Amino acid sequence: MAQSILHLADSRGKVNHGWLKSAHTFSFGSYHDPKRIHFGALRVLNDDHIAGGRGFGEHPHDNMEIVSIPLSGALKHKDSMQNEAVIRSGEIQVMSAGTGIYHMEFNDNEDIPTELLQIWIFPNKRNVEPRYDQINISYKENPNRLEQILSPDPEDEGVWIHQNAWFHIGAFEQGKGATYSLKAEGNGVYAFVIKGSVSVNGQLLNERDGYGIWDIDKLEIVVEKDAEILLMEVPMDI
Amino acid sequence: MAVGAHKEILKTVLRLINANEDWNASGAGNEKEAVDLFKQKEFDLVLFGAGIPDEKELKKKLQSLNPDIICVDHYGGGSGLLKCEILQGLAEKNKY
Repeated sequence: MAQSILHLADSRGKVNHGWLKSAHTFSFGSYHDPKRIHFGALRVLNDDHIAGGRGFGEHPHDNMEIVSIPLSGALKHKDSMQNEAVIRSGEIQVMSAGTGIYHMEFNDNEDIPTELLQIWIFPNKRNVEPRYDQINISYKENPNRLEQILSPDPEDEGVWIHQNAWFHIGAFEQGKGATYSLKAEGNGVYAFVIKGSVSVNGQLLNERDGYGIWDIDKLEIVVEKDAEILLMEVPMDI
Repeated sequence: MAVGAHKEILKTVLRLINANEDWNASGAGNEKEAVDLFKQKEFDLVLFGAGIPDEKELKKKLQSLNPDIICVDHYGGGSGLLKCEILQGLAEKNKY
Protein backbone atom coordinates (compact mmCIF):
# COMPACT_ATOMS: atom_id res chain seq x y z
CA MET A 1 0.00 0.00 0.00
CA ALA A 2 1.30 3.45 -0.92
CA GLN A 3 2.76 5.56 1.85
CA SER A 4 3.35 9.27 1.71
CA ILE A 5 4.54 12.35 3.54
CA LEU A 6 3.52 15.93 2.78
CA HIS A 7 5.80 18.89 3.46
CA LEU A 8 4.00 22.16 2.78
CA ALA A 9 6.21 25.07 1.70
CA ASP A 10 5.52 27.07 4.86
CA SER A 11 6.48 24.19 7.13
CA ARG A 12 10.11 24.25 5.99
CA GLY A 13 12.90 25.54 8.25
CA LYS A 14 13.59 29.15 7.28
CA VAL A 15 16.90 30.96 7.75
CA ASN A 16 17.71 34.54 6.90
CA HIS A 17 21.34 35.63 6.96
CA GLY A 18 20.63 38.81 5.01
CA TRP A 19 22.63 37.83 1.94
CA LEU A 20 21.24 34.28 2.08
CA LYS A 21 17.63 33.36 2.59
CA SER A 22 16.98 29.65 2.61
CA ALA A 23 14.14 27.23 3.24
CA HIS A 24 15.24 23.78 4.38
CA THR A 25 12.89 20.87 3.71
CA PHE A 26 15.03 18.67 5.98
CA SER A 27 17.11 19.43 9.08
CA PHE A 28 20.16 21.43 8.10
CA GLY A 29 22.57 23.73 9.94
CA SER A 30 20.77 25.43 12.81
CA TYR A 31 17.37 24.01 11.74
CA HIS A 32 16.83 20.71 13.52
CA ASP A 33 13.57 18.79 13.53
CA PRO A 34 13.96 15.11 14.47
CA LYS A 35 10.88 14.31 12.38
CA ARG A 36 12.42 15.83 9.28
CA ILE A 37 15.83 14.33 8.75
CA HIS A 38 15.63 12.71 5.32
CA PHE A 39 13.48 11.00 2.73
CA GLY A 40 15.37 7.78 2.04
CA ALA A 41 18.70 8.73 0.51
CA LEU A 42 17.53 12.32 -0.03
CA ARG A 43 19.11 14.16 2.88
CA VAL A 44 19.11 17.86 1.93
CA LEU A 45 16.71 19.96 -0.11
CA ASN A 46 17.61 23.61 0.34
CA ASP A 47 15.81 26.38 -1.49
CA ASP A 48 18.46 29.15 -1.49
CA HIS A 49 18.15 32.80 -2.45
CA ILE A 50 21.60 34.39 -2.70
CA ALA A 51 21.96 38.17 -2.92
CA GLY A 52 23.92 39.76 -5.76
CA GLY A 53 27.69 39.43 -5.43
CA ARG A 54 27.43 37.31 -2.30
CA GLY A 55 27.95 33.63 -1.65
CA PHE A 56 29.54 30.80 0.29
CA GLY A 57 33.26 31.24 0.96
CA GLU A 58 35.64 28.32 0.82
CA HIS A 59 34.24 25.37 2.76
CA PRO A 60 34.71 21.58 2.76
CA HIS A 61 32.54 18.64 1.86
CA ASP A 62 33.01 14.89 2.03
CA ASN A 63 30.99 11.73 1.43
CA MET A 64 27.96 13.32 -0.18
CA GLU A 65 26.50 13.57 -3.68
CA ILE A 66 25.72 17.27 -4.09
CA VAL A 67 23.40 18.45 -6.85
CA SER A 68 22.75 22.12 -7.61
CA ILE A 69 19.99 23.37 -9.88
CA PRO A 70 19.90 27.16 -10.37
CA LEU A 71 16.33 28.34 -10.94
CA SER A 72 17.34 31.89 -11.83
CA GLY A 73 20.57 33.86 -12.00
CA ALA A 74 24.07 32.42 -12.06
CA LEU A 75 26.49 30.90 -9.56
CA LYS A 76 30.27 30.94 -9.81
CA HIS A 77 31.96 27.77 -8.60
CA LYS A 78 35.63 27.14 -7.80
CA ASP A 79 36.97 23.99 -6.13
CA SER A 80 40.09 22.19 -4.94
CA MET A 81 39.99 19.94 -8.05
CA GLN A 82 40.82 23.08 -10.11
CA ASN A 83 37.33 23.34 -11.54
CA GLU A 84 36.18 26.89 -12.13
CA ALA A 85 32.84 27.46 -13.79
CA VAL A 86 29.67 29.49 -13.82
CA ILE A 87 26.43 27.54 -13.57
CA ARG A 88 23.26 29.21 -14.81
CA SER A 89 19.55 28.59 -14.86
CA GLY A 90 19.11 25.84 -17.46
CA GLU A 91 22.03 23.81 -16.14
CA ILE A 92 22.60 21.20 -13.45
CA GLN A 93 25.80 20.72 -11.48
CA VAL A 94 26.91 17.60 -9.60
CA MET A 95 29.75 16.98 -7.18
CA SER A 96 30.73 13.71 -5.57
CA ALA A 97 32.50 14.95 -2.46
CA GLY A 98 33.91 11.50 -1.60
CA THR A 99 37.21 11.66 0.26
CA GLY A 100 36.95 15.43 0.50
CA ILE A 101 36.95 18.64 -1.46
CA TYR A 102 36.95 22.37 -0.83
CA HIS A 103 34.87 24.76 -2.87
CA MET A 104 33.38 28.21 -2.95
CA GLU A 105 30.18 29.40 -4.62
CA PHE A 106 29.25 33.00 -5.32
CA ASN A 107 26.44 34.74 -7.11
CA ASP A 108 28.07 35.70 -10.42
CA ASN A 109 25.91 38.81 -10.77
CA GLU A 110 26.42 41.87 -8.59
CA ASP A 111 22.84 43.08 -8.75
CA ILE A 112 20.62 40.06 -9.53
CA PRO A 113 19.75 37.46 -6.89
CA THR A 114 20.36 33.79 -7.63
CA GLU A 115 17.72 31.21 -6.79
CA LEU A 116 19.12 27.75 -6.34
CA LEU A 117 18.01 24.28 -5.27
CA GLN A 118 20.78 22.51 -3.44
CA ILE A 119 20.18 18.79 -3.03
CA TRP A 120 22.32 16.31 -1.12
CA ILE A 121 22.00 12.57 -1.62
CA PHE A 122 23.67 10.00 0.61
CA PRO A 123 26.20 8.09 -1.53
CA ASN A 124 25.95 4.30 -1.81
CA LYS A 125 29.70 4.09 -1.26
CA ARG A 126 31.87 6.10 1.13
CA ASN A 127 35.27 7.56 0.29
CA VAL A 128 34.94 7.66 -3.50
CA GLU A 129 37.24 9.83 -5.63
CA PRO A 130 35.83 13.37 -5.77
CA ARG A 131 34.39 14.48 -9.09
CA TYR A 132 32.57 17.43 -10.65
CA ASP A 133 30.32 17.87 -13.68
CA GLN A 134 27.76 20.26 -15.09
CA ILE A 135 25.47 19.96 -18.11
CA ASN A 136 22.68 21.83 -19.84
CA ILE A 137 19.09 20.83 -19.24
CA SER A 138 16.35 21.78 -21.66
CA TYR A 139 13.04 21.17 -19.94
CA LYS A 140 11.83 24.74 -20.45
CA GLU A 141 12.36 24.48 -24.21
CA ASN A 142 10.62 21.09 -24.34
CA PRO A 143 7.52 21.49 -22.17
CA ASN A 144 4.89 18.95 -21.13
CA ARG A 145 7.33 16.09 -20.62
CA LEU A 146 9.61 14.86 -17.89
CA GLU A 147 13.31 15.20 -18.71
CA GLN A 148 15.76 12.86 -16.99
CA ILE A 149 18.55 14.98 -15.51
CA LEU A 150 20.29 12.50 -13.18
CA SER A 151 20.81 8.76 -12.91
CA PRO A 152 23.28 6.24 -11.46
CA ASP A 153 24.65 5.43 -14.93
CA PRO A 154 27.40 7.57 -16.54
CA GLU A 155 26.12 6.44 -19.96
CA ASP A 156 22.51 7.44 -19.30
CA GLU A 157 20.82 10.80 -19.84
CA GLY A 158 21.76 13.64 -17.45
CA VAL A 159 24.48 13.76 -14.81
CA TRP A 160 25.28 10.70 -12.71
CA ILE A 161 25.88 10.05 -9.03
CA HIS A 162 27.01 7.28 -6.71
CA GLN A 163 23.48 6.26 -5.76
CA ASN A 164 20.59 4.33 -7.27
CA ALA A 165 18.69 7.57 -7.87
CA TRP A 166 16.98 9.26 -10.81
CA PHE A 167 15.87 12.88 -11.12
CA HIS A 168 13.37 14.19 -13.66
CA ILE A 169 12.24 17.75 -14.20
CA GLY A 170 9.47 19.22 -16.34
CA ALA A 171 7.63 22.40 -17.24
CA PHE A 172 3.95 21.79 -17.87
CA GLU A 173 0.95 23.77 -19.06
CA GLN A 174 -2.30 23.71 -17.16
CA GLY A 175 -4.37 20.62 -17.98
CA LYS A 176 -1.37 18.57 -19.11
CA GLY A 177 0.12 15.76 -17.13
CA ALA A 178 2.52 12.85 -17.03
CA THR A 179 2.94 9.37 -15.65
CA TYR A 180 6.18 8.49 -13.94
CA SER A 181 7.15 4.84 -13.52
CA LEU A 182 9.70 4.11 -10.82
CA LYS A 183 13.00 2.69 -12.01
CA ALA A 184 13.99 0.50 -9.10
CA GLU A 185 12.25 -1.62 -6.49
CA GLY A 186 12.47 -0.21 -2.98
CA ASN A 187 12.75 3.34 -4.23
CA GLY A 188 10.42 6.21 -3.39
CA VAL A 189 9.84 9.52 -5.13
CA TYR A 190 10.01 13.00 -3.62
CA ALA A 191 8.09 15.48 -5.76
CA PHE A 192 8.94 19.16 -5.34
CA VAL A 193 6.88 21.86 -7.04
CA ILE A 194 9.13 24.66 -8.29
CA LYS A 195 6.26 26.73 -9.70
CA GLY A 196 2.51 26.45 -10.14
CA SER A 197 0.16 23.75 -8.86
CA VAL A 198 -0.04 20.06 -9.58
CA SER A 199 -1.80 16.98 -8.25
CA VAL A 200 0.42 14.00 -7.61
CA ASN A 201 -1.58 10.80 -7.13
CA GLY A 202 -4.49 13.00 -6.11
CA GLN A 203 -2.56 15.17 -3.64
CA LEU A 204 -2.72 18.86 -4.50
CA LEU A 205 0.66 20.57 -4.29
CA ASN A 206 1.39 24.27 -4.66
CA GLU A 207 4.61 26.20 -5.22
CA ARG A 208 7.52 24.85 -3.13
CA ASP A 209 5.43 22.08 -1.53
CA GLY A 210 7.10 18.69 -1.29
CA TYR A 211 5.49 15.27 -1.30
CA GLY A 212 7.25 11.98 -0.71
CA ILE A 213 5.64 8.71 -1.83
CA TRP A 214 6.89 5.17 -1.51
CA ASP A 215 5.65 1.57 -1.84
CA ILE A 216 4.33 2.47 -5.28
CA ASP A 217 5.15 1.60 -8.90
CA LYS A 218 4.12 4.83 -10.61
CA LEU A 219 2.94 8.40 -10.13
CA GLU A 220 0.18 10.24 -11.94
CA ILE A 221 0.80 13.96 -12.29
CA VAL A 222 -1.99 16.34 -13.29
CA VAL A 223 -1.15 20.01 -13.78
CA GLU A 224 -3.68 22.30 -12.11
CA LYS A 225 -1.88 25.55 -12.99
CA ASP A 226 1.18 26.05 -15.27
CA ALA A 227 3.91 24.32 -13.31
CA GLU A 228 7.50 23.22 -13.03
CA ILE A 229 8.10 20.05 -11.04
CA LEU A 230 11.16 18.11 -9.91
CA LEU A 231 10.87 14.38 -9.17
CA MET A 232 13.64 12.79 -7.12
CA GLU A 233 13.57 8.98 -7.06
CA VAL A 234 15.81 7.62 -4.32
CA PRO A 235 16.33 4.38 -2.39
CA MET A 236 14.26 4.35 0.80
CA ASP A 237 16.62 2.00 2.66
CA ILE A 238 19.98 3.56 3.42
CA MET B 1 36.10 12.25 19.00
CA ALA B 2 36.14 13.05 15.28
CA VAL B 3 38.13 10.73 13.01
CA GLY B 4 39.06 11.68 9.46
CA ALA B 5 42.03 11.45 7.14
CA HIS B 6 41.50 14.83 5.45
CA LYS B 7 43.39 17.20 7.77
CA GLU B 8 41.68 20.41 6.70
CA ILE B 9 38.21 18.91 6.90
CA LEU B 10 38.96 17.39 10.30
CA LYS B 11 40.15 20.80 11.50
CA THR B 12 36.93 22.40 10.24
CA VAL B 13 34.74 19.73 11.84
CA LEU B 14 36.54 20.13 15.20
CA ARG B 15 36.18 23.91 15.04
CA LEU B 16 32.46 23.61 14.35
CA ILE B 17 31.87 21.10 17.15
CA ASN B 18 33.91 23.05 19.67
CA ALA B 19 32.04 26.26 18.82
CA ASN B 20 29.15 24.69 20.74
CA GLU B 21 29.70 25.38 24.43
CA ASP B 22 28.12 22.05 25.45
CA TRP B 23 30.41 19.96 23.28
CA ASN B 24 34.10 19.27 23.30
CA ALA B 25 35.86 17.27 20.61
CA SER B 26 39.34 15.98 19.85
CA GLY B 27 40.48 14.71 16.48
CA ALA B 28 42.35 11.69 15.12
CA GLY B 29 43.70 11.40 11.59
CA ASN B 30 44.00 7.62 11.33
CA GLU B 31 43.14 4.34 13.05
CA LYS B 32 46.17 4.29 15.34
CA GLU B 33 45.70 7.87 16.51
CA ALA B 34 42.01 7.14 17.11
CA VAL B 35 42.66 4.08 19.28
CA ASP B 36 45.43 5.84 21.23
CA LEU B 37 43.25 8.90 21.87
CA PHE B 38 40.27 6.74 22.76
CA LYS B 39 42.32 5.00 25.45
CA GLN B 40 43.46 8.34 26.89
CA LYS B 41 40.14 10.21 27.06
CA GLU B 42 36.51 9.42 27.69
CA PHE B 43 34.15 10.12 24.77
CA ASP B 44 30.36 9.95 24.36
CA LEU B 45 30.40 9.73 20.59
CA VAL B 46 32.78 9.06 17.71
CA LEU B 47 32.16 10.76 14.39
CA PHE B 48 33.62 8.97 11.36
CA GLY B 49 34.64 11.34 8.60
CA ALA B 50 36.18 10.60 5.24
CA GLY B 51 39.25 8.62 4.28
CA ILE B 52 39.48 5.95 6.99
CA PRO B 53 40.15 2.77 4.98
CA ASP B 54 38.53 0.27 7.35
CA GLU B 55 35.84 2.09 9.30
CA LYS B 56 34.08 -1.14 10.33
CA GLU B 57 37.22 -2.56 11.91
CA LEU B 58 37.92 0.67 13.78
CA LYS B 59 34.33 0.79 15.07
CA LYS B 60 34.64 -2.78 16.33
CA LYS B 61 37.90 -1.94 18.05
CA LEU B 62 36.47 1.15 19.77
CA GLN B 63 33.29 -0.70 20.77
CA SER B 64 35.40 -3.47 22.29
CA LEU B 65 37.09 -0.79 24.44
CA ASN B 66 33.76 0.87 25.34
CA PRO B 67 30.57 -1.04 24.41
CA ASP B 68 28.45 2.10 25.08
CA ILE B 69 30.25 4.31 22.60
CA ILE B 70 28.06 5.85 19.90
CA CYS B 71 29.58 5.59 16.42
CA VAL B 72 28.16 7.97 13.82
CA ASP B 73 29.05 8.12 10.12
CA HIS B 74 29.54 11.76 9.23
CA TYR B 75 28.39 12.94 5.81
CA GLY B 76 28.92 16.24 4.11
CA GLY B 77 32.20 17.31 5.72
CA GLY B 78 31.06 20.63 7.09
CA SER B 79 28.45 22.53 9.00
CA GLY B 80 25.27 21.38 7.24
CA LEU B 81 24.62 18.03 8.85
CA LEU B 82 27.05 18.00 11.77
CA LYS B 83 24.74 19.24 14.53
CA CYS B 84 21.92 16.97 13.40
CA GLU B 85 24.14 13.88 13.24
CA ILE B 86 25.46 14.47 16.75
CA LEU B 87 22.01 15.20 18.21
CA GLN B 88 20.54 12.13 16.51
CA GLY B 89 23.41 9.93 17.72
CA LEU B 90 23.04 11.12 21.30
CA ALA B 91 19.23 10.85 21.15
CA GLU B 92 19.44 7.23 20.05
CA LYS B 93 21.38 6.41 23.17
CA ASN B 94 19.04 8.54 25.33
CA LYS B 95 21.91 10.66 26.41
CA TYR B 96 20.50 13.93 25.26
